[in-house]
Amino acid sequence: MTSARPVHFTVNGAAATVTVEPRTTLADALRNELRLTGTHLGCEHGVCGACTVIVDGAAVRGCLVLAAQAEGREITTVEGLGSAAHLSALQLAFRKHHALQCGFCTAGILTTAHALLTEEPHADEDRIREVISGNLCRCTGYLPIIAAIMEARIAYRDVQCEAAQ
Amino acid sequence: MKPAPFTRHVPRTVDEVVSALAEFAPLDGRILAGGQSLVPIMAFRMARPAHLIDINEVEGLDRLAVDGDYLSIGARVRHGAFHKPVIDGPLGKLLAFVVSHIAHYPIRMRGTFCGSLAHADPASEWCLVAATLDASLVVKSVRGERIVPVTDFLEGIMSTSLAEDEFLAEARLPLLPDDTKFGFYEFSRRAGDFAMSAALVTYRLVDGVIADAHVGIGGAEDRARRILEAEDVLNGNAPSPDLFVAAGEAAANAIEPLEDIQTTAEYRCDLVRAVTRRALERSLL
Amino acid sequence: MTVHTKGSGTTWVGRSIRRLEDPALVTGRGRFTADMPATHWVRFVRSSVAAGTIENITAPERAGIVTAKDLAKLKPIRPMLSKFNYVAVGQPILADGVVRFTGESIAAVYAPSKDQAEDIADQVEVEISEGAPLIDAMDALAEGAPLVHADTKHNVIVEGRIATPGFEDVWKTAHKVLHVEARSHRQNATPMETRAGHAAYDGSTGRVTLTCTTQMPHLTRTAVCDILGIPESDLRVVAPDVGGGFGQKMSLAPEYVLLVWLARKLRSSVAWTEDRRENLIASFHSRDQHVQLEGAFDKSGKLLALRGDIVANIGAYSCFPTTCGVEPLMALAELPGPYDVRAYDCRSRGVMTNTCPMAPYRGVSRPVITFVLERLMDKAAAAFGIEPTELRRRNLIDKFPYTSATGLVFDDGSYKETMEMAIKAIDLDAFRKRQKIARDAGRYLGIGFATFSERTGYGSPAFAARGMEITPGFETVYLTIDPSGFVEARIGSSPHGQGLRTSLAQIIADEIGIDPEFIKVVHGDTDRSPYGWGTFASRSLVLSGGASLLAAQKIRAKLLKMASHFLEAAPEDITLQSGSAHVIGTDRSVTIASMARAAYHQTHIFKGEIEPGLTETGTYDPSGTFSNACHVAIVEVDIETGRVEMEKFLVVEDAGLIINPMIADGQVHGGVAQGIGNALLEEIIYDETGNILTSTLADFLPPTTHEIPEIELHHVETLTGNSITKAKGLGEGGAIGAPAAVISAINDALSPFGISIDEMPATPQRIRAALRSSGKLPSNGKLA
Repeated sequence: MTSARPVHFTVNGAAATVTVEPRTTLADALRNELRLTGTHLGCEHGVCGACTVIVDGAAVRGCLVLAAQAEGREITTVEGLGSAAHLSALQLAFRKHHALQCGFCTAGILTTAHALLTEEPHADEDRIREVISGNLCRCTGYLPIIAAIMEARIAYRDVQCEAAQ
Repeated sequence: MKPAPFTRHVPRTVDEVVSALAEFAPLDGRILAGGQSLVPIMAFRMARPAHLIDINEVEGLDRLAVDGDYLSIGARVRHGAFHKPVIDGPLGKLLAFVVSHIAHYPIRMRGTFCGSLAHADPASEWCLVAATLDASLVVKSVRGERIVPVTDFLEGIMSTSLAEDEFLAEARLPLLPDDTKFGFYEFSRRAGDFAMSAALVTYRLVDGVIADAHVGIGGAEDRARRILEAEDVLNGNAPSPDLFVAAGEAAANAIEPLEDIQTTAEYRCDLVRAVTRRALERSLL
Repeated sequence: MTVHTKGSGTTWVGRSIRRLEDPALVTGRGRFTADMPATHWVRFVRSSVAAGTIENITAPERAGIVTAKDLAKLKPIRPMLSKFNYVAVGQPILADGVVRFTGESIAAVYAPSKDQAEDIADQVEVEISEGAPLIDAMDALAEGAPLVHADTKHNVIVEGRIATPGFEDVWKTAHKVLHVEARSHRQNATPMETRAGHAAYDGSTGRVTLTCTTQMPHLTRTAVCDILGIPESDLRVVAPDVGGGFGQKMSLAPEYVLLVWLARKLRSSVAWTEDRRENLIASFHSRDQHVQLEGAFDKSGKLLALRGDIVANIGAYSCFPTTCGVEPLMALAELPGPYDVRAYDCRSRGVMTNTCPMAPYRGVSRPVITFVLERLMDKAAAAFGIEPTELRRRNLIDKFPYTSATGLVFDDGSYKETMEMAIKAIDLDAFRKRQKIARDAGRYLGIGFATFSERTGYGSPAFAARGMEITPGFETVYLTIDPSGFVEARIGSSPHGQGLRTSLAQIIADEIGIDPEFIKVVHGDTDRSPYGWGTFASRSLVLSGGASLLAAQKIRAKLLKMASHFLEAAPEDITLQSGSAHVIGTDRSVTIASMARAAYHQTHIFKGEIEPGLTETGTYDPSGTFSNACHVAIVEVDIETGRVEMEKFLVVEDAGLIINPMIADGQVHGGVAQGIGNALLEEIIYDETGNILTSTLADFLPPTTHEIPEIELHHVETLTGNSITKAKGLGEGGAIGAPAAVISAINDALSPFGISIDEMPATPQRIRAALRSSGKLPSNGKLA
């Protein structure tokens, strides 16, 4: 195919360019072109939520957005949330509450929760449950995931306070 | 599960959209809005458009505003815009309540109101809203603009009256009087799944009796529509448990139920009876 | 029997330490098979029909394509059982002339990208002359039905029967006989990571490294090499991070054989990632059974005899290595469950159809037989007019060891105790009062109990009893303290989400006095791990844990001997703790790191009394141990729509000594969630032509956050002599008990209607249809 064109965007704070066909999804571009393989593909039809990434602050399905549509956007993937040496509050809470087992769905849940709590740091349990209902996890039974996100809310409130000051 | 190749066009204005449609629709071109229904179908290669006219960069189509007596919803307005009431009054509340039943949060951050209507899935919540509230749809092409009542727009399963070169540029929902009561109830296997039946009701209470009842049913027939038989039961009567039961019965009797391997006509009617009554019950909460 | 609570006096075992696996996984640094780049990407062209003869295959010009004729020298996949009238059938890597199920691979195409491979696959035309497909096992058994494989009679591939002597005499003495005819529909384990494989040819050595999402790396190596006819030394199999398996990744995927063959042919790297549709239609299915069960009870409600007939639809081929006997034979051996019944007569058959092959899925048959047996117990309780728990109380085993009618030996357990705890914790009396009030208001609440055993950690004798040509069992651990002072445990098990690295590190840490964070557990690489059987059947903690303990005990003994040299003290006066050896009651100590250095670099100081190096091997092959649990579900059934709302779930679990409570709870939570999905939502549906109607995750429905209620968990720890760590397995129990408890609760809720829901999943459609058939629904859709 010769229809590949360059697309420019920001990923986890750094400028990136990928040269992809129009049909290439954002998830595939992140994984295959930028080797950001933390974003996983669980169904490629928008149901499982494993590929969820944050585009301009909104959690979206990486498999249902074309890479070309990301031109000029700011993208955050799981790799941008924290590092193994410096886990974010959300990641620490996931570890503390055993909110992951195989770890395959985890990236999409972390990005969804991060986008939600950034927007709604006071989200209650019902709201968290409703939002995370779009992420399938086959290992944990979800309860520890909800508990971890509930616990991490406080860190997002602190961020909001700092921003306000 | 990767889409077949296509060419993507990125118009910046509505004029560019309609001229691109005029040129590429005959060459198997389609509009790409939020893509939350189209892209999965393309991933399964059940749709293989040769051209996609991506309207996500078109100026003006993200307009969401009140124009006189209706709410205007542009083709780029995403479901997530309705998470919080977009206007004061019952319509804003109604849309905020319904939106939480549409698929899941990340889908709502991307999918569009007008895209749902154009996709015309019988189970679409927005199709039900449009049908129940008598929406008008603004349809554009190089040939000009026409305003289509929703009853003429939705034609069947994934089928609308849009001509090949037309696109849905705007949906207009009539504002609801401040004293409008509404209720919505949806039945699906899991939260976020396609509705197996859903009901949306609106009405006003005038001197203690129901007036101007709208009873819409979605997910049960080939398209969402108002069920006049149920409305007739309600209009002129005071709300009561018996009245709501009777309205549910009328709705169940009025529909031509969709059947599938797991869902018999009888079961679909059971669901319509239940969701109608429950939507009415919720209208009083 | 010993029931004790937390606190075994050790340092690490029994603590909920954070998982060592997590930092990489929560930061997106995990390494999964699909993450690897490859030169060639493979796409399989799959059959769109369930039965037929391939007439012609046409590919676009210059396309890279492989068909059966290219693979003529490869042996078929042909697992074997030497018992139970098993008929060995072969599965070709690519369909060879005949297609036997929708989704069977007919050809493989390859291209530089996944997209392009899919483009080419789209252009491959396959002409098939269609035959009449068999979808339901009962149709396949019918006289005159076509044969899926010519060598079987009536499509029966395996048939077992157990009949205790004098059965009929016992049966005749029955006071009451209850009957259940149950149907468990087909399900798919649905790990979030679909299958994937990557085979890379190394030009300098001629070796291939197959990276794949398997639960059994060594068995995969053996199988692929046997099929290709190459030495096992020419193949390395790596299971990197694996995104869940639940049994589906235990069986050999024919696709992996193709990848290795193609990598050798192209002398390059080739990869395949299964898409979700392929996973749902063509990976492996399970739980598709018809079960007839009758129970004979005496006047007191004591179960005297059980008579059963089980038909398992095993699909079009037999999976490697267990064979498709795994479902019907597990059902045959374990149907009596935790109840004391001496007379047993059961026949169990595996029947071939034109459907996707069956493979183990979490619980293997026991979710089905537990549901059926508990239906029988509930019906009996109703017939005797007593609480279902009272009937169970009269029948649960309570003397150990207990030898069952099928010859299974149950070690110490707490079958009655866990149920009594559950009754108390859920407050059954209070629930019955609440249920009555709700019923009077037209709301239908129900409670369901499931008591069951979970056979775990069984070694080779248990598998040998099935007549398996390949008899899994032992596990080996190589434990090394290297000169750096760090510890490496190389294991044959292959965990994929269970947190086994952490649990084993805890077991080892207590023994050798080095903290878990310094202990690296290495698995999933045939070049680095000892030959082992992988992770399945709730075995890894018991077997690899036992082997780890044995190896660690040897290392400990050696460290003490070395320390006695350094500290000039008797070994029995020395303790190992926090990385050092200490002489008890003194301040004299030496670090284990310095002893490790000496073990390699200063061996002369031991004057030949201690062998150089610091590596020990532990191998463990026990007879097996039974975990047990009582599950309780509380549901509300919406009689107008048939919807079931889960209100609460409670588990009292006994899996022996709990190594890491957090991880143990996670296993139970996850299993229960799958069990709830199995009970209510998940069903693979074929139409009559053999086409699958549930090929997306919008049609096949694993539960979401909304469907899983609060799960209250209690542990009892019965310490068994059958496991040297005192730990029993618990990977499957959650999924075994939950379907039975949920369906029991639904039936309890609907008892006023005089109906019985004996189907899994209990979908709203089925429940509503049963309610309609009762003729007892309140009229006009109005609630009473």
